[in-house]
Amino acid sequence: MEIRFGQAIGKALGDAMRADERVLLFGEDIGEAGGPFGVTRGLLKEFGGARVRDFPISEAALVGTALGAALSGYKPVAEIMFMDFCTLAMDALVNQAAKTHFMFGGQNQVPLVVRTPHGGGLNAGPQHSQCLEAWFAHVPGLIVVCPSTPADAYGLLRTAIDTPNPVIFVENKTLYAKKGEIAENPEPIPLGQARLVRAGTDVTVVTYGAAVFQAEIAAAEAAAEGVELEVIDLRSLQPWDETSVLNSLTKTHRLVVFHEAVEAFGVGAEIAARMADVGFDELDAPIVRVGAPFMPIPYSPALEKDYLPNAEQLLQAVRRVLL
Amino acid sequence: MAKPDRSAKSTAAPASLEPGERDLLLECFRNMLRIRKVEEQLSKLFADGEIPGFIHLSIGQESVPVGVSRHLRTTDTVAVTHRGHGQALAKGIPLQTFFAEMMGKDTGICRGRAGSMHIADASIGMLGANGIVGGGISLATGSALALKLKGHGDVAVVYFGDGALAEGIFHECINLAALWSLPCLFVCENNGWGEFSKTERQFCGQLSQLAAAFGVDYRHANGLDVLDVTHTAEKLVASIRDTSKPAVLECNVERFHGHFEGDPQKYRNPDELAALAAKDPVLHARERLARAGVSSAELGAIETAIDTEIEHAVDFGRRAASPTFETARAAVYAS
Repeated sequence: MEIRFGQAIGKALGDAMRADERVLLFGEDIGEAGGPFGVTRGLLKEFGGARVRDFPISEAALVGTALGAALSGYKPVAEIMFMDFCTLAMDALVNQAAKTHFMFGGQNQVPLVVRTPHGGGLNAGPQHSQCLEAWFAHVPGLIVVCPSTPADAYGLLRTAIDTPNPVIFVENKTLYAKKGEIAENPEPIPLGQARLVRAGTDVTVVTYGAAVFQAEIAAAEAAAEGVELEVIDLRSLQPWDETSVLNSLTKTHRLVVFHEAVEAFGVGAEIAARMADVGFDELDAPIVRVGAPFMPIPYSPALEKDYLPNAEQLLQAVRRVLL
Repeated sequence: MAKPDRSAKSTAAPASLEPGERDLLLECFRNMLRIRKVEEQLSKLFADGEIPGFIHLSIGQESVPVGVSRHLRTTDTVAVTHRGHGQALAKGIPLQTFFAEMMGKDTGICRGRAGSMHIADASIGMLGANGIVGGGISLATGSALALKLKGHGDVAVVYFGDGALAEGIFHECINLAALWSLPCLFVCENNGWGEFSKTERQFCGQLSQLAAAFGVDYRHANGLDVLDVTHTAEKLVASIRDTSKPAVLECNVERFHGHFEGDPQKYRNPDELAALAAKDPVLHARERLARAGVSSAELGAIETAIDTEIEHAVDFGRRAASPTFETARAAVYAS
């Protein structure tokens, strides 16, 4: 059946809450209002205010209390309304949640998920559009997931909720309304496994999130020019599926990493550096990254359009590695 | 603006004690002295190089955790501070694995990964010590929410210093606790210092007024008098269990040592340091017990028993093996 990305997340939350009464939802405007993007609509009515908890605008306390509840026997899923607001909860995420299991000598599990939307495309400007996932992928102890399809969003979120480690679950906000196929009884999807979006022989394109769809457009155009791109959707950024990327590189010998986040010091930098190391003998061309320029994301449609990485930029990078 | 009544410390305690009070004070004295002696041992081990890193001692502040923890169950949770040895010991952390942890050993309660600032014993409800000032406040608030959902009448306790009052997280969390009636006891050990600076140079509000602004019950106890702390805490904990409403307990105490061991405290007035002995809750309790007829032999026996226990714990720590890097490296994530 076909379902929207946002609905798939709502379904995963509802199914997880039905399967395990320890699952709680924390967030701002997630109850009565159903969430700013409607993801949690209907859950308050079904599960009540004790399990679907509307928070005041207190992001630090939201994540900190979610961790406290996780350490006291519950499995909270906290929603940070925009990824930009994670900055207000960094102590709870980085100093507390990420360290708890390790620091206390393995005494605790931390079944905590923090869901948060990232990305531009809505002209929301510099403080409501950032893609900050690389920050979290840099912190030992955190898991970072960023699905692109409704089926992946469902399956990865179900796994994330049952994972005994803190997971940052990143949702591109332009995807919420996008439809995709999902099984009648969808299964959880393991973390750390990439998805092959399109098989190809000439250039490997590693991507994730909404950029996957730009990569598909680019792949269709490249195919028309006789170039076959192999598109890999990472789905999980920490841990990421190094094996799948290396296997693809072994076939194509060319690699472009493509994401919406700022290119400098981003997820792509890690993948490129790693492949330049373990995949050095396979490379027939430099590894090229395509990401957003090193600037705050601007508000004006005229500016944002040029800010967001697109299929054309990806194709230019593909042509470079084919030279 | 009213300042905390620090003069309360000079109030002379009555010479005589009811028999029940005498036994209670003796028990509290024993627990305070145990913390005192453990920390004096930590200070020595640090000076001798057997304990590395940063350690922050609570010498002078022992009355607070001792008075509070008497009223806690194992299933009650506590978040403790970087100055939290006493808070952890009063809740029941085992002494041997405590010392082994301080020494960075594999048999330490956190396998040598936490040390003084981050020590935890989950089995007694510890949400961990915290290297971040105010870092435990939201953890305890969230734990209180969990305990309320479980419905067994358990409470969450968070200790913090006056230095945490200027952290935003305190204000976020006291709002949540009041808004949702969470069974959380906020315990402020007000020692008048935020690290190296006087509190009055850092914070111009009053905790009592902050609590009142959120409609939260507030009580002050004289940290010099462990009986005042324990009686005040008893009422608050009972009320929280009964009503599930949060409360604030503020105790004025003195920090005898520096911010951390090795801090020469040049920023403190020598007269103030010289006057500390008169503000020592352990000494205060000992003198009251002596006046109430507890023999020096009985007090000495308590001290000897504690010394022996600490000696065994230090020995346990010294004999323990160091952790291996490979084991720690493989333990970043839970499986």
